[in-house]
Amino acid sequence: MTPNAWLQIALLIGTVLLLVKPVGAYMAYVYENQPVPGVGRILGPVERGIYRVCGISPQHQQDWKRYTVALLLFNLLGFMAVYLLQRWQGWLPFNPAHMPAVAPSSLAFNTAASFVTNTDWQNYAGESTMSYCTQMTALAVQNFLSASTGLTVLVALVRGLTRKTTAELGSFWVDLTRSMIYILLPLSLVLAVVLVSQGVPQTLDKYITVHLVQPFHQAGASATAPSTLITTQTIAVGPVASQEAIKELGTNGGGFFNANSAHPLENPNGLTNFLEEVAILLLPLAFCYTFGRMVNDTRQGWAVLAAMVILLLALMIPCVMAEQAGNPLLARYCNQQPTPLQPGGNMVGKEARFGPVNSAIFAAVTTGTSTGAVNSMFDSFTPLGGLCPMWLIQLSEVAPGGVGSGLYGMLMFVLITVFIAGLMIGRTPEYLGKKIEAFEMKMASVAILVPPSLVLLGTAVACVTAAGLAGITNPGPHGFSEMLYAMTSQANNNGSAFAGLNGDTTFYNVLGALLMLAARFWTIIPTMAIAGSLARKKIIPAGSGTLTTNSPLFVFILIAIIVVVIALTFFPALALGPIAEQMQMMARHR
Amino acid sequence: MATHHSLNLLKGNVLRQALVDALVKLNPRHQARNPVMFVVYIGSVLTTVLWVQALLGHGEAPTWFIFWVSLWLWFTVLFANFAEAMAEGRGKAQADTLRRARKDTTARKLSAPQRDAAQTPVPASLLRKADLILCEAGEIIPADGEVLAGVASVDESAITGESAPVIREAGGDRSSVTGGTRVLSDYLVIRVGANPGEAFLDRMISMVEGAKRQKTPNEIALNILLAGFTIVCLLATATLLPFSIYSAHSANTILAVAGHTASAAPVSITILVALLVCLIPTTIGALLSAIGIAGMDRMIQANVIATSGRAVEAAGDVDVLLLDKTGTITLGNRQAVAFHPADDVMEKDLADAAQLSSLVDETPEGRSVVILAKNKFSLRQREVDHLGAVFVPFTAQTRMSGIDLQDRHIRKGADAAIEQYVQSLGGHFPPEVRATADKISRSGGTPLVVADGARALGVIELKDIVKSSIRERFAQLRSMGIKTVMVTGDNPLTAAAIAAEAGVDDFLAQATPETKLKLIRDYQAGGRLVAMTGDGTNDAPALAQADVAVAMNSGTQAAKEAGNMVDLDSNPTKLIEVVETGKQLLMTRGALTTFSIANDVSKYFAILPVMFASIYPQLGRLNIMELNPHTAILSAVIFNALIIIALIPIALKGVTYRPRPANKLLFNNILIYGLGGLVVPFIGIKAIDLILNSMRF
Repeated sequence: MTPNAWLQIALLIGTVLLLVKPVGAYMAYVYENQPVPGVGRILGPVERGIYRVCGISPQHQQDWKRYTVALLLFNLLGFMAVYLLQRWQGWLPFNPAHMPAVAPSSLAFNTAASFVTNTDWQNYAGESTMSYCTQMTALAVQNFLSASTGLTVLVALVRGLTRKTTAELGSFWVDLTRSMIYILLPLSLVLAVVLVSQGVPQTLDKYITVHLVQPFHQAGASATAPSTLITTQTIAVGPVASQEAIKELGTNGGGFFNANSAHPLENPNGLTNFLEEVAILLLPLAFCYTFGRMVNDTRQGWAVLAAMVILLLALMIPCVMAEQAGNPLLARYCNQQPTPLQPGGNMVGKEARFGPVNSAIFAAVTTGTSTGAVNSMFDSFTPLGGLCPMWLIQLSEVAPGGVGSGLYGMLMFVLITVFIAGLMIGRTPEYLGKKIEAFEMKMASVAILVPPSLVLLGTAVACVTAAGLAGITNPGPHGFSEMLYAMTSQANNNGSAFAGLNGDTTFYNVLGALLMLAARFWTIIPTMAIAGSLARKKIIPAGSGTLTTNSPLFVFILIAIIVVVIALTFFPALALGPIAEQMQMMARHR
Repeated sequence: MATHHSLNLLKGNVLRQALVDALVKLNPRHQARNPVMFVVYIGSVLTTVLWVQALLGHGEAPTWFIFWVSLWLWFTVLFANFAEAMAEGRGKAQADTLRRARKDTTARKLSAPQRDAAQTPVPASLLRKADLILCEAGEIIPADGEVLAGVASVDESAITGESAPVIREAGGDRSSVTGGTRVLSDYLVIRVGANPGEAFLDRMISMVEGAKRQKTPNEIALNILLAGFTIVCLLATATLLPFSIYSAHSANTILAVAGHTASAAPVSITILVALLVCLIPTTIGALLSAIGIAGMDRMIQANVIATSGRAVEAAGDVDVLLLDKTGTITLGNRQAVAFHPADDVMEKDLADAAQLSSLVDETPEGRSVVILAKNKFSLRQREVDHLGAVFVPFTAQTRMSGIDLQDRHIRKGADAAIEQYVQSLGGHFPPEVRATADKISRSGGTPLVVADGARALGVIELKDIVKSSIRERFAQLRSMGIKTVMVTGDNPLTAAAIAAEAGVDDFLAQATPETKLKLIRDYQAGGRLVAMTGDGTNDAPALAQADVAVAMNSGTQAAKEAGNMVDLDSNPTKLIEVVETGKQLLMTRGALTTFSIANDVSKYFAILPVMFASIYPQLGRLNIMELNPHTAILSAVIFNALIIIALIPIALKGVTYRPRPANKLLFNNILIYGLGGLVVPFIGIKAIDLILNSMRF
């Protein structure tokens, strides 16, 4: 790795860590339902206005079942809205490019599931499929709402840990409203304005047609057909900045354009690239501090954060190394060493303005969180470089995972760790004073089992059905990686694609949608059940006989459990994909 | 039961029985109770079928290979059965001894609770609750019950293993009798307290046999976790079949394009089963039930009978111990420290009389009086025989002991008893003696008044002696996060003095059953788990409230019913041991779970390079142990089976437990069982592989 690579990583992680405490403390005010300092004076009336219009009582409390039902109904409504807006976009306003209804219906179904579940898997190209209306009212709105949904689940779980002998977990409607107006909207506004300043468009005008400086001949469809002279190019624009901001902040990842953050109008330069990475990591990590604040022991939050960052770096650094090292088979033909004039490394599928280092960092950031935005094409990464983002997702999106979902997913692992470590000190395991018993184990097991099971089953189905095999364009281990990655990404609500796989078929649309919905809601429901069960329990005061859950030792055990229980179960599958490909490459090199 | 204290894992008959039981337990209904081992069981059946198929010429893998994998999978199942049978076997042996005590006798049923009421002979097995029976010297008490009339010494060695007889009498804290014990002297009129089959002895037998053993809450939670982990492994291995079908097909296509013959084949079912069994947590799965049974068994070895496994587990969680001062913190026996003569008596005369009265008194208190007199006034011990004295032993009725010596009748006892004695002889009990006695009582000592006939001579002051090692014990408990609270009837001043000397964290002085109950409730309201011991009927409410309640076997029926454990030795210090046994049980589970999961890492490296060899031969580079590809998988399977046998002693004895803070404990266990679990299989699998190859397998 080059010194520049180390510097880039240190700068990114350092900046995010500096922001964790202020942003985390701010969010603690939001979720402890206290008046929010500063912006509270402006946004407070807005909040109260929303309650009045929607008939929400801010003091109302829900138990875990009511909270969950409210959440599910709200998401069902969102799902239907996204689906119908796509199908009706031809008749709706803000459609200067005259986009017809999104078709086939399986694509609209897949997209609706994708945006409701915070996955943002895209089997379509935004600029040639979606009208401005759909982008703004369906996709961007769901970007906000799905991120808020994740936050509400997390807040309910944290309340379950902090409250004692009660059924009350707070109000879904209040938590949703406060997440939106105090956290996601203001932060998105700031980021969108900065992005606009760097050249990201924010307009409702139609696509721009420009004259080429250098017109060229395009060969005809057949040898005899005449070639055409191309003199103009259509440049897609739109309300990009507003969607770009929440795409990163809400760990959504659904790009306005097909090329996502590799597109110069989504991510014009190194600064925007850096800001987008910071935006992606900010909320999942900052909430660790919020969590620590809410449980009255910030070290608990830092411990979980440490586990997340260590796991992220453990796969980010090899990814950067692999991409910077380049392809050994090409060493004979071209120089891949960094020089003052070129970044070196594996530049296939990467943007010249980012180079291998910032592409690999972005890849790890976007897969460690459940974002799935990309600024380079993973399909053309080196085998090991491609393995890293895939494995980061397969950790069940906990390093650091999505907004809300990352931490509640991580807390499920914490419960498992507490259980095993607790036994080893000879006590019925407890976390933050709450006894962890059979019910919690059952629910935590479900929450942890669902995503890997879906990945494995989905890939297995794709492997042996004609419809699944039809999507493969590369044979051998690389084709397997593409398939495995597609299922991994959807069944963990990430949404990035390895590409190379033709996903817009009825088979992949429907299978993918089912995976995304199951992965999202079958982790939310058990998590909420645990929140309810924990809230009913007493809090046992800590003593020297209690397991310390904020020590380096505990962080180590937590990481070890995630690696052995989840990461290693993918080892055999990965051996047939990226590992086999890497070994083949190395064998040929010798 | 003292004879069972020796823990011999390889006692011939237990071992033989366990081997037989291991086979009996192959019954699928038994296997289905343990999800992890059930998967191994199904795998064994499946590979056996594949082997038969191979014998018939349709093998999906070499016949020898399927045979050996299948054989070792069966061994894995049998080893698990064997571990469980070993744990049960030791309990069974004890149950048999107990059963011998439950002889079917004929009881003498009474029509009224008097010794001379009308009697009808009834077989003991037909006695019902509330029947009245009479037991005389030499007879075996036919059923559990409460003494309504009479005082008798009873031999309870059949239950407790303690050969010294105990006194049982009507009323008070010593009124309960247990079926199967023998009356040695006098008679007892007993009201039967339990129907046949529900008696203490029956409960004890079913407990040690494990017949009624239900899974404890924590065991259930762990089972769920292990089942979940098994499902992940099952999916991860089962999906490898479609994955490898795709990969083999794809590899063959590429080979065909290059003009080579298609040689890649999907992975065989046998290998998948082998991988699955190696990955699922078989080590802990196989030993889990043995650990639970052995935990109960360790309690029984310590002569504590728990009414449920739940209670044993709860013992590990206890964070407050309520300890009775007497017998736990202080020696039950107080020691003489001073003589306080009455106004008209010389101290030396008092000492002389006190010594005389204690010459034959073999209790520690008595001996301490003799020694004090010797030290203070050089009074030599005299031989009772030479003096022609008659020893008057302590009885429950008189509550005095002493010596009759020619015309002297020296008695010593509690002030109230002596006062009564003196007054009954027409004497006068001097006020200064009473005042001294009261003063001693107030300062935490015990006064013993000595009288010679109708004349009270003075008071011997006995004092509590704090046990020598108790302070360190409490310090250990504190480091484990357990708070100790001394409970005593003493006044706060005395209690504070003893508490400070013993190093307990807190004390409850002038304890009454009500204040005890309140104290427990207060701690529980603060989220703490409380353990206590008790023996009297007035302890029953507190025992019922406490999370872990150890009733003394010498205690009343009410106390025994309120508690969730009974200590046959009636030793209050045992509470600490009970807590440690509970912790050890949980720790053993945790340690072996960690070990089991950590084992997985090596198995991936043993099996993966071989299983995909025909598809991607390049994956051979993952064979970091450099195993022979022909024996690698078998080596992993054999290791996986043998490690169960190797860990049976840990499962039965429990992991070594030393009281220390949680973090140190965790660090040590992670080092031993986590890191050990990671490294040991790498060495073990490699060693087995070398052995297999040296045998030209």
